[in-house]
Amino acid sequence: MRRTIAALVIAFCVALPRLALGFDVEEEQVFPAPSGAPTAPLRILSTTDTEIFAPLLDAFQADNPDVPIHYTVASTQEVYKALHDEGAAFDLAVSSAMDLQMKLANDGFALSHRSAPTQALPGWARWRDQLFAFAQEPVVMIASARAFDGPLPRTRSDLIRALRDRPEAFDGRIGTYDPNRSGAGYLFATQDARQSDTYWRLSEVMGGLSPRLYDTTGAMIADVQSGKLALAYNVLGSYAEAQLDPDGDARIVAFEDFTHVLLRTALIPRTAPNPDAAGAFVDFLLSGDGQRLIASETGLPPISEAALAADPYLRPIRLDPGLLVFVDPLKRQRFLNEWTAAVVQP
Amino acid sequence: MVNRPHLRPATGGSIRRQLVVQLLIVAAVLSGLLYLSVRGVADTAVETTQDSILGAATIAIAEELRGGEDGVSIDIPYTAFSMLGSIGEDRVFYRILVGGETVTGYPDLALPESPPGSGLDPRFFTTSYDGSEVRAAAVVRSVLVEGRNTEVMVIVAQTRGAKDAIVAQMANRAALLGLGFFALAAVLSVITARSVLNPVQRLAEAVGRRGPDDLRPVERPVPSELAPLVRALNGFIARLSGALSRTETFIAEAAHHIRTPLATLRTQAEIALRKTDDEATRDSLRAMIRAADDSARSAGQLLDHAAVVYRTDQRTEERIDLCQLARDMSDSFGPTADIRDIDLTTDLCAPPVEITADRLLVESALRNLLDNAIKYSLPDGSVAVTVGTDGGRAVIRVLDRGRGLSGARTTQLTGRFRRGTNVADVVGSGLGLTIVREVARAQGGEFRITEREGGGTCAELSLPL
Repeated sequence: MRRTIAALVIAFCVALPRLALGFDVEEEQVFPAPSGAPTAPLRILSTTDTEIFAPLLDAFQADNPDVPIHYTVASTQEVYKALHDEGAAFDLAVSSAMDLQMKLANDGFALSHRSAPTQALPGWARWRDQLFAFAQEPVVMIASARAFDGPLPRTRSDLIRALRDRPEAFDGRIGTYDPNRSGAGYLFATQDARQSDTYWRLSEVMGGLSPRLYDTTGAMIADVQSGKLALAYNVLGSYAEAQLDPDGDARIVAFEDFTHVLLRTALIPRTAPNPDAAGAFVDFLLSGDGQRLIASETGLPPISEAALAADPYLRPIRLDPGLLVFVDPLKRQRFLNEWTAAVVQP
Repeated sequence: MVNRPHLRPATGGSIRRQLVVQLLIVAAVLSGLLYLSVRGVADTAVETTQDSILGAATIAIAEELRGGEDGVSIDIPYTAFSMLGSIGEDRVFYRILVGGETVTGYPDLALPESPPGSGLDPRFFTTSYDGSEVRAAAVVRSVLVEGRNTEVMVIVAQTRGAKDAIVAQMANRAALLGLGFFALAAVLSVITARSVLNPVQRLAEAVGRRGPDDLRPVERPVPSELAPLVRALNGFIARLSGALSRTETFIAEAAHHIRTPLATLRTQAEIALRKTDDEATRDSLRAMIRAADDSARSAGQLLDHAAVVYRTDQRTEERIDLCQLARDMSDSFGPTADIRDIDLTTDLCAPPVEITADRLLVESALRNLLDNAIKYSLPDGSVAVTVGTDGGRAVIRVLDRGRGLSGARTTQLTGRFRRGTNVADVVGSGLGLTIVREVARAQGGEFRITEREGGGTCAELSLPL
């Protein structure tokens, strides 16, 4: 069964007339309408990998068998570019780049959608009935227990001390996002920088230990597991939990001074040809069933105020206009210059 | 009481209703003003709040501007925009110009019409961006670039959704407040109207409660606004009282002035009758005496009738023993009955029958009934007067064995100057039964005249006990 579906998908991919897209697409898949009587398709532009989202799409199609889904995966920057600069026609934009999503909504690229599930969202998980968070993911460190002599650090100050005490153990074995290339990495770095001055000290220290720079969480986790890295700083905890070998020596560390929580958000672009289907999908994502499915099938933590209350060091990155600051090109250039100066040392 | 429709005044509206309506109009206007002013104050207050936050954000950006050899350094603080999220979820736009050139932000965001002064004093203005109305703050700051003063303008704008939402919410509360105020005012205005009109009501009741011959002036204290009305009423009462006493005097005078010459005429005619033997002259004189008697009776009855009509409005009620009254009246008619050999009897029940009525009216009615009975009885006939009670009423009956009514009804006989069809040979004015009817009506009683079995008439006057 799976095989035939996969075959169908591939056939569709090949058969799809290539859209003259000015942005880079990583993957494109069509989920045909199960009823065989397709209506207007739901076009989703997403930064989340297809295999993570597929169970949600299947569940949505079980309730809405007439809706074919076109699922397009692109990087956060490309998603932003497609909607902001090119006016690409998608019904839903799903992205982990909160700052860029915020910029899209602020600049009027989003349609409003108001329903019982969106109203039930906590205030920090929604902006203007246009931007909706459907998953909250802590930004953590993955550390190899062997690399640390003694207990794992619990705060960033602990980490700085450990790095300074035994530089030989970490030299060339520290991984982190390159904010120049990764939207998520840029968001994490800017949020860290605004939260605490410790971040710059940490960057200086890491910069002295020839860090390796990555584009994706997955690659960093793999390198920690293989022993190539002693630690990966600022990775998405949900990915780590799914990929880590429970018997290996890689550990997830949520810093107790503060641990940011990334909100994965969806918005309906104003260019959406089928906003009703998009609204129905948002309602499904935010519904009790959708949230349970997100937790059980995708490994992404659902929106939960209780989870935040249980761990007071968890700080959700707020959906507020402050996010616009680091999208400003001058500010961005300035930050990246500072960061490069601190981390990429000759 | 007799229904007298002409005493019911034509009413043109109600003062209370008018008062309530006017008070309600005032309350509605005040409620409206309250709503508008609360709305206005809320609008100003929220705008001031938004302005101060916008100003703070703009200044926070301006504070971070640095000059240098490489041009202006711009470092927007995170809090500058973050704080704008504190009012609500409004869109934020900004624009930074160095020496008139836009270096970052939204290049199509409008500039203030007049440039803000220096000294980080923000200029606020309202414009529109991307189809939404926005409130904007602009500051200008000079920085030293390559030794030259360069002007940097920072503009931060925010849509007004949250402000409008807050104002709408406050306006809703103001509307509720206004409605509550109006409801309270409505209740109070009804109460006020009632209490204001209370003195009028009390005065009306006091005047309405007066007895028929109470013609004293109104002396109870009244509010000054009612004084002219009471003064006019008192003047009217005084004039009425004067007119009534003149009427009384006139009736007495008229009785005197008509009866006295008639008596003189009759006496002279009788003297002349005794002195002459000429049969033709004697017949003329007898006719003259009969005419004088007739006139005297008619005059007496006319005056009686006038007195009854007058007393109907000016009754003096007292307790009267009907048996005693019937006895006295029979006694006074005794000589007249004797002349015609009529047997006048009274049949009075044992306990006294007392009623509350005007003595003169009842006497007048009974006198006319007895006069009729004797007048229309044949010589050697009999007339009986009975007094009794029947179902809560006192009943006086005068019975005769005279010529009867030959089918006439009570209503036909009691009209003014109406007489039966079978009485042309007997002197009469046609006023006697009219008087009886008037008395019955004035006292709230009834009068009926019917034929008796075996010939004769039964006149029945019933009066409330």
